[in-house]
Amino acid sequence: MADASRIHPLAGRKVANPAVTLTPAEPAARLSLRARPDAVAALSKALGVKLPEMPKRSATSKSGGRAALWLGPDEWLVIDTAGGDPLADCAKVKALHSAVDISHRNTAILVEGKGAEATLSAGCPQDLSLTVFPVGACSRTILGKIEVVIWRTGETAFRVECWRSFSAYAFDFLEEAARDAPIAA
Amino acid sequence: MTAAFRTTAAGRLKGAKPVKISFDGASYAALEGDTLASALLANGVHLMGRSFKYHRPRGVLSAGAEEPNALVGIHRDAARKTPNVRATVQEVYDGLTAVSQNRWPSLAFDVGAVNDIASPMFSAGFYYKTFMWPKAAWKSVYEPTIRASAGLGVAPDKPDPDHYASRYAHCDVLVLGGGAAGLSAALAAAETGARVIIADEQPAVGGALRFETGSTIDSAAGWDWAQATAVKLAAMDNVRVLTRTTAFGYYAQNMVGLVERVSDHLADPGHDLPRERLWQVRAKRVIIATGAIERHMVFDGNDKPGVMLASAGRTYLNHFGVLVGKNVGVFTASDSAYAAAIDLKQAGASIAAIVDLRDNPAGPLIDQARALGIEILSGRTLVRASGNLRVASMTVRATSGGPERTIPVDALLMSAGWTPSVHLFSQSRGKVAFDSATRRFLPGDYAQDCVSVGACSGTDTLADTVKDAVAAGEKAAKAAGLAKTVGTKVKAETSESWAGGMVGAAPGAGPDTTGKAFVDFQNDVTAKDIRLAVREGMRSIEHVKRFTTNGMATDQGKTSNIHGLAIAAEALGKEMPEVGLTTFRAPYTPVTFGSLVNHSKGRLFDPTRRTPFHAQEEKLGAVFEDVGQWKRAWYYPRAGEDMHAAVNRECATVRKAAGIFDASTLGKIEVVGPDAAKFMELMYTNPWEKLESGRCRYGIMLREDGFIYDDGVVGRLAADRFHVTTTTGGAARVMNHMEDYLQTEFPHLDVWLTSISEQWAVIAVQGPKSRDIIAPLVEGIDMSDGAMPHMSVREGKICGVPTRLFRMSFTGERGFEINVPADYAAAVWDAVWAQGQKHGACAYGTEAMHVLRAEKGYIIVGQDTDGTVTPQDAGLDWAVGKKKTDFVGIRGLKRPDLVAKGRKQLVGLRTKDPKVVLEEGAQIVADPKQPIPMKMLGHVTSSYWSENCGRSIALGVVTGGFERMGQTLYVPMPDKVIEVEVVGQVFFDEKGERLHG
Repeated sequence: MADASRIHPLAGRKVANPAVTLTPAEPAARLSLRARPDAVAALSKALGVKLPEMPKRSATSKSGGRAALWLGPDEWLVIDTAGGDPLADCAKVKALHSAVDISHRNTAILVEGKGAEATLSAGCPQDLSLTVFPVGACSRTILGKIEVVIWRTGETAFRVECWRSFSAYAFDFLEEAARDAPIAA
Repeated sequence: MTAAFRTTAAGRLKGAKPVKISFDGASYAALEGDTLASALLANGVHLMGRSFKYHRPRGVLSAGAEEPNALVGIHRDAARKTPNVRATVQEVYDGLTAVSQNRWPSLAFDVGAVNDIASPMFSAGFYYKTFMWPKAAWKSVYEPTIRASAGLGVAPDKPDPDHYASRYAHCDVLVLGGGAAGLSAALAAAETGARVIIADEQPAVGGALRFETGSTIDSAAGWDWAQATAVKLAAMDNVRVLTRTTAFGYYAQNMVGLVERVSDHLADPGHDLPRERLWQVRAKRVIIATGAIERHMVFDGNDKPGVMLASAGRTYLNHFGVLVGKNVGVFTASDSAYAAAIDLKQAGASIAAIVDLRDNPAGPLIDQARALGIEILSGRTLVRASGNLRVASMTVRATSGGPERTIPVDALLMSAGWTPSVHLFSQSRGKVAFDSATRRFLPGDYAQDCVSVGACSGTDTLADTVKDAVAAGEKAAKAAGLAKTVGTKVKAETSESWAGGMVGAAPGAGPDTTGKAFVDFQNDVTAKDIRLAVREGMRSIEHVKRFTTNGMATDQGKTSNIHGLAIAAEALGKEMPEVGLTTFRAPYTPVTFGSLVNHSKGRLFDPTRRTPFHAQEEKLGAVFEDVGQWKRAWYYPRAGEDMHAAVNRECATVRKAAGIFDASTLGKIEVVGPDAAKFMELMYTNPWEKLESGRCRYGIMLREDGFIYDDGVVGRLAADRFHVTTTTGGAARVMNHMEDYLQTEFPHLDVWLTSISEQWAVIAVQGPKSRDIIAPLVEGIDMSDGAMPHMSVREGKICGVPTRLFRMSFTGERGFEINVPADYAAAVWDAVWAQGQKHGACAYGTEAMHVLRAEKGYIIVGQDTDGTVTPQDAGLDWAVGKKKTDFVGIRGLKRPDLVAKGRKQLVGLRTKDPKVVLEEGAQIVADPKQPIPMKMLGHVTSSYWSENCGRSIALGVVTGGFERMGQTLYVPMPDKVIEVEVVGQVFFDEKGERLHG
């Protein structure tokens, strides 16, 4: 039998300079969750996360190991980094919804440091300033030529989710962009 | 050593570090803070270039970004050779190497200058008229020759080694221009707490305060106030001050493009600094404070080196400490030039005379000039400037005519007044309005959330400028949502005014004269050329501009547009606004390709997508092909094999034992919800309601017009869940197509779509041994034919990880497609590969996949179809649900032309000579002897050598193809005609027994 441990598409890559670090995120369980407003309460309860109903908002579980990111009026990205099984949790919910496992479709890059915002601003046209995009804010948007989900996990920390085969481009882009972060804030 | 024209009487570079620069091989002393232009002028060098068309000697006209003449090449190293750099903008650094352009063999002696003598041949529009015959010579002789002898610098011939940074930025108030107006507005806005970005193209803020030394702001010298204000702004958390930063484009919804020159002014920029940084700023409000550009006077010889704008002469003196001459003449139609004459006189130069078109100029500056003993020749015009490589004299007479007087000079300053810089306003789609009192165009109707303040909106005095700017800054902040008003106060005083001036040709350069009075220096357009355009019938400025090329050079007519318009208007006997003003377009000044391309080069040119099996395939020696953004394994050559041999072996092995193929790039969509089957019924031609869970079906998707859009195998996982596959190229657009219909046409359905293309990596194992290879690795799935027949799908485990195992085939063999979560993919591949080795399997690539499916007549959407092929045309009638009453494309399929006879239909083509492989795309005819152009019946869509069939095989679309079975048709090629027989689409295992065997 094969070893069933997950291989990160960006395994071994790392960038660190005085302003910003880029690190491939640990493997996570992910769910694309689709539901109408009448199912939100039941799904929130099952997941242990109150599904946000406002644009660009995220919510996390009490333990912090699970988060739900608002991506659209009926769409959330659920990320579990604590070894949970959100798909199984949703399976218990009778209310109408669609839960699809995308744990391996996405991968993530952690962009951290005082130059994190500047690094992302090289390729993301959105306003990522702390006032407009505060801690917990998230958005499906673009980075250079690809689609990403940007989630601010701290004042100087972001998680960038992208599709697996675009992760090399995302990392390469951020690596280029990171060069400028120590030079101009 | 101090340069000869450097003075201690004025300037701000005192104590600056001395540096050495070189121009055309000669070394010159310069000071840090100089521009290339100021450094050369300090050394008495006025000749800096040759003009575009006539190769006339040229010096600097200006001291700024509007410079049309002094364009040079800057050569840092073999790869870094930047042409057409404005010497007035390029800052010096130690070791700066500049070369002149558009001259041969040397700047002082240029053979091309013969064009000047032969200039009657090269009048406006000459290339439309002169080189008409023989027609063929235009492409081969005339155009190449003209292009080689006209023109500017030489483009670098090596890849650009520099990197460029990029930044999106957002703010409440964006201020464009860091002069008195911009700084006042920025300060007022910033003090409310608004997020402010202020950009200025110069190395330091200050704008006209750089030369206007008589101004006082908040009790400080204007320049000092500007620097202190910039420091104050930069220290505020809510403000970003960008210098060396040009706002080059004003786009929709207050998006402004800025380019910041980060390291072009440094001797050793090092590896880390980008050369330039592109800023794309989205601002709630924009304040345009771009000032005004001084106009030259239009007279014969106004392009001689040493003849320049009065403000330029003043900048070189008051900022750089450089005297542009020691015996300076002045020609003016406004007060501004008097200030220049006064400053130069006080710095020790002698002023030969001020020639003023006005009969009775009056005011404090005129009084001051008189008091300094400067001769003022009022009511006079300057008919000619003379000199060879530098101006040597000016010839003056009364505006009304009469005797001429020639006065020796070594420099000549001129001012026809100031043109408000409405470029960015115009780019914002604002409409300019003509102010007939001052004969200038000013911002009129605004199209975006912006406002113009200061000289660019026609405010002529400094006090009014800062007052208006402060108000604009506060108002913009308030409009952007800032409630607080601080009541910023800025107080300015000056004795100078920018009012007045004239437009068009000076008296003495009128229609009856023959001299070269330049309107557009960069494109060598004279007043005479403009008049010629009018005589040739041009009535609109748009036509005059294109006929003469006035204003069409890289300087975008910053100094020439208004003069050109005025001369055309006079010749037409119309008012200027009736002739029109051309629209200003981005970029304001030239922008490097590097900054625009930015990160999108090399590995970031376009995303390169690799499947989770890429490393495994590389290890097996795969040759990859590009399929969209994907790298796909094309074939796997072994030692001594070429592509042909490898593909033949792969194809044979699949049918003999088994083949292992990476099918991960196929699009996959999970369709979930109680109405999933209903939705599938609407999106595909096939019936889905009755498909049992665990079974698969080949589906065809049409566009509304009835033509095939995509195809793929769909597995039903549960009553409310489908696993849909699409073509590789169709993955994204099929998802969008389905989502589009779901949201706009079928919103009543309870169903959702999720792309799972990259969740599941796919290993296809195809061939008689496929089950034997996989079975030992699989848990929880009965793979027997009875339990898992062809076209079924099961969920279970493989190698201990979850799998969606499909039994399906794109080869005609028994086959499986193993879907596994992508992060586990490599481990599963290794296990499958090891099993495959036991059974004589090989890896096969996309080329073998193509051959194998063609042997079975399976189509590839986009290769055998081209957007005009219906299911019927492709022989896939069976896949259209006959009892269905609705699906996307059902009405399209009933169009008369789609059901008419004689449509092109997909058939097999067998060459009479089995060794001949047809060319894909080759045309098919019934009679090869008919005269050209022949009647085409169709073309070859797929063609291969088939090792399994022992002959060539091909598919093609042929008019009425299904009724031509057995007919002989012809494929004419350049060297021969190939005979083919029309046959069915299937070349191998026609009964399809191997799928189950």
